[in-house]
Amino acid sequence: MRLGRRMSANRPADAGRQMNPDRQGGHTVTGNRPVPEQSGLERPVLDVRNLIKTYGAGETAVHALRGVSLTVQRGDYVAIMGSSGSGKSTLMNILGCLDIPTSGRYLLDGVDVSRLSDRQLALVRNRRIGFVFQSFNLIPRTSALSNVELPLAYAGLKSAERRRRARAALALVGLADRENHEPNQLSGGQQQRVAVARALVTAPALVLADEPTGNLDTQSTADVLGVLDRLNRSGRTIVLITHEPDVAEHARRLIRLVDGRIVQDARQAPLPQPRHLAQAVDA
Amino acid sequence: MNLFETIRFAIRGVTANKLRSGLTVLGMLIGVAAVILLVAVGNGSAKQVQDRISQLGSSTLTISGGGRSTGATTQDFSLTSSLVPALSDHGTAPHVKSVSPVVTTSEDTAYEGTSHTVPQFIGTYPSYLSAENYSVAKGSGFTQQDVDEARKVVLIGSTTADDLFGTVSPIDQQVTVNGTLFTVIGVLGNKDGTGFTDPNDVALAPLTAVEESLTGYGPLNQIIVQATSSDSVDAAQTEVTAILNDKLHVTDTANEPFRVLNAAQLLSTQADTAQTFTVLLGAVAGISLLVGGIGITNIMMVTVTERTREIGIRKALGAPRRTVLAQFLVEATVLSVIGGLLGVAAALIGSQFTIVGVKPVVVPASILLAVGVSVVIGLFFGSYPASRAAALRPIEALRYE
Repeated sequence: MRLGRRMSANRPADAGRQMNPDRQGGHTVTGNRPVPEQSGLERPVLDVRNLIKTYGAGETAVHALRGVSLTVQRGDYVAIMGSSGSGKSTLMNILGCLDIPTSGRYLLDGVDVSRLSDRQLALVRNRRIGFVFQSFNLIPRTSALSNVELPLAYAGLKSAERRRRARAALALVGLADRENHEPNQLSGGQQQRVAVARALVTAPALVLADEPTGNLDTQSTADVLGVLDRLNRSGRTIVLITHEPDVAEHARRLIRLVDGRIVQDARQAPLPQPRHLAQAVDA
Repeated sequence: MNLFETIRFAIRGVTANKLRSGLTVLGMLIGVAAVILLVAVGNGSAKQVQDRISQLGSSTLTISGGGRSTGATTQDFSLTSSLVPALSDHGTAPHVKSVSPVVTTSEDTAYEGTSHTVPQFIGTYPSYLSAENYSVAKGSGFTQQDVDEARKVVLIGSTTADDLFGTVSPIDQQVTVNGTLFTVIGVLGNKDGTGFTDPNDVALAPLTAVEESLTGYGPLNQIIVQATSSDSVDAAQTEVTAILNDKLHVTDTANEPFRVLNAAQLLSTQADTAQTFTVLLGAVAGISLLVGGIGITNIMMVTVTERTREIGIRKALGAPRRTVLAQFLVEATVLSVIGGLLGVAAALIGSQFTIVGVKPVVVPASILLAVGVSVVIGLFFGSYPASRAAALRPIEALRYE
């Protein structure tokens, strides 16, 4: 019965209401939803079934994904590895609702994303997903604080509330003292941490990171991975793409993609116990 | 995302590239200022023409023309002073106040070695002065008796007086006009010009004296008829036309050999010309406004292209389509509205100065129109780049380099 109620709460039409300000203001990752007792019964954050993505048509068609099925539970930390051309970026873009699959089903938090309209997709991107890009993708000539505030502005939050949350997110990535710096005044690692703060400021169900350390030096890589580790320990679900084995070591689960297919799916560390979820961080 | 937020984003976008935004605003500014200012100049010149004509006196009729017809029978339609008594007959022409026959010639005048060509040496009756709004500033005017006796007396305009006499008082001095001596009896008061000729470079003398010594007894150039009031000009015109048709034995009344010009008609003709002039200027200015609008489209296109990646980021962060659309639309509108308002300011400052001899008179409607048009231009010319930005797929926009 409870499951049914929650499913209905996740209909596309409810996507906007799902993350309304007061719920987001809560101090648990899952807002004021009931905390599940058993992770096994819980609905997965990501449920991808037989995903196929083909670019072009006919003889020149490129098969980027040839049937990927994947389930990611809440609180997991997944690293996707693969050589370039293995389809991992395509998978990431589809998971981030930036691209649409040629065929296959994609349930994000129980919602079939492929059936959503343009407007609802924007809402999903805004409230369910936090995206961290390899090239940071901060808005130029805009302060770190404003960059982090941006998703909240699109979510329609009031200015004061936005500022409070953006400051909290910046503090979480250790950049509280850099809030008025513009991207070009920050180092690569700092920019990426601002991007991470921006990704988590809306308290999304899922943080996607597309080679977040690809452009960073060792020290910055350690900083960013430290932030991601901390986020995961506090209950955030993270999926990251990398081709560096030492980055992948941080993850609880490792997936290897070759030629658009999953060839390896190994658990490196157990899923966190549900009680960890209860004490998640949002402050 | 409320409107205030959107405007804040748009202003940030506009100020991000100050030089480029400044140049776009300049284009808009010039367009709007040109519309307001050129319409003001057109309007000002129309006002000026009206003022001059009303100064002329709107109760006069000018009869001109005549000459010989070249039909089957040769007929003399010349205007002569013999027509004057008939035209001034109160029985047949009750609305005519005075009739002044006019001969005009251009004469060389000389005074003690100084010579000056008077472009308008007019022989007429004393009534001419009041009909043409002349006043006598110094000395006195000539009388009907001077006309009857063909006395060689002359009234000169202020320009003529300055040129011939300098600082010497011209009254009672004798000037040589084409070998004949005329006595200056008065100087005319200043009169504003109506056209290319200087109305103050003029000499008025009795008609008979001019005919006798300068022009000979040929036909008159004009007859000036003054109506009893400005309301009776039309009635006077009808009477005058009837009398002339009768006296000159005109059979073909549809095609009269003379013209009776009415100052009111002159006024409406001039007003029409000024109106056309204003419309023409407005159209030219409108084109520059359009060019300014195209400038906005151009800049917005460049902005969209340049910021494709940023649009991708915004969309990836969950910016809905209409928010992106609104942002770029408001940006374009902000550019055009700033340009429009600065244009109004520039036009208002510019209208304080005299432009090519015309004092511009700003038409309030043109300000509203120009500002309104600039807003519409912002929305219209901004909508294409904005919708292009909004329609971008996030993944394509993000991949854009």
